[in-house]
Amino acid sequence: MNCTPLALGLIIVSMGIVTYAIRLSLIMLLGRVEVPPLMQRALRFVPPAVLSAIIFPELLRPGGTVNLSLGNPRLLAGTLAALIAWRTKNVLLAIILGMLALWMFQVALPE
Amino acid sequence: MPSRRCEFIAGVKAELPILLGVSPFGMIYGVLALSAGLPATMAFMMSFVVYAGSAQFVGAQLIGTGAPGIVIVFTTFIVNLRHILYSASVAPHLKRLTARWRCLLAYLLTDEAYAVAITRFNKEPAPPPGLPSTEWYFLGAGLAQWSVWQASTAVGIALGTQIPPGWALDFTIALTFIALVVPALTDRSSVAAAVSAGIVAMLTASWPYKLGLIVASISGIVVGLLVEAPRVSIGRQQ
Repeated sequence: MNCTPLALGLIIVSMGIVTYAIRLSLIMLLGRVEVPPLMQRALRFVPPAVLSAIIFPELLRPGGTVNLSLGNPRLLAGTLAALIAWRTKNVLLAIILGMLALWMFQVALPE
Repeated sequence: MPSRRCEFIAGVKAELPILLGVSPFGMIYGVLALSAGLPATMAFMMSFVVYAGSAQFVGAQLIGTGAPGIVIVFTTFIVNLRHILYSASVAPHLKRLTARWRCLLAYLLTDEAYAVAITRFNKEPAPPPGLPSTEWYFLGAGLAQWSVWQASTAVGIALGTQIPPGWALDFTIALTFIALVVPALTDRSSVAAAVSAGIVAMLTASWPYKLGLIVASISGIVVGLLVEAPRVSIGRQQ
């Protein structure tokens, strides 16, 4: 993180304004405007697309260099968390076991 | 008069089971916002000003990697765009309220409060015109959610200041996203959206200003729509 408190505050306030404007928009228009069907369909893909775009580099490019090997603790721990989330659908369990796995792999694997 | 209080309390009660699931996330947000490098006051301010779980997680992560403000704000816009569906959905039920009421309820319109409020709105019979009630249910659910989110965030921030950086807790962001995305990959098109966004994100990871994130997100959404499209047209022919 490398910005001033003022810049950071401005970013957060802007995030808040954008979020509030979206929530208020159609409430204020009193239902006179409908969401276009294409946008309704597209919104379903926002979470998988945005979150995967963050996850992939976090796992496969830790610290800025691509590492697809089995010596990459973040890749192994993340894959394990994905399997747990897929099998159990338990979000907290996946986070906790994923974190424990990361610590284990960090100790066990040579840097 | 008593109907207001009844509705308010019923709204709080309906929200309670959801809050059990929400509070750990508030704490995780607090911890990871600090490990991403946010000062405690800014991390708490985000809960108050933005008040949107997933956008706060993504925002903290982007601030931590030094992404420029415009990219962070635009990503917040994409992540929170789904709230427009909630806004459209509750709008007809809030028509008769004053602007002040509508402004307040819009602030409280999170995923969780929406889920609870809309079930009340859709339940018949609707209250007679002029008699205030269901908005108090929404208010009860919304304020319960809001209080627990602020409190659990504060607990997380307090914990976060105690945790040494060597614990690599920044990884909880990636883990949280994995745990949220994977169970939602229930069909071909959502898998296609996730995988294509991930691949484009890898290819564009060295782009400046985190622009790759936006390109990757939009690519994923477009691919999801394209993969889904044929099935929709088959459905229409039948």
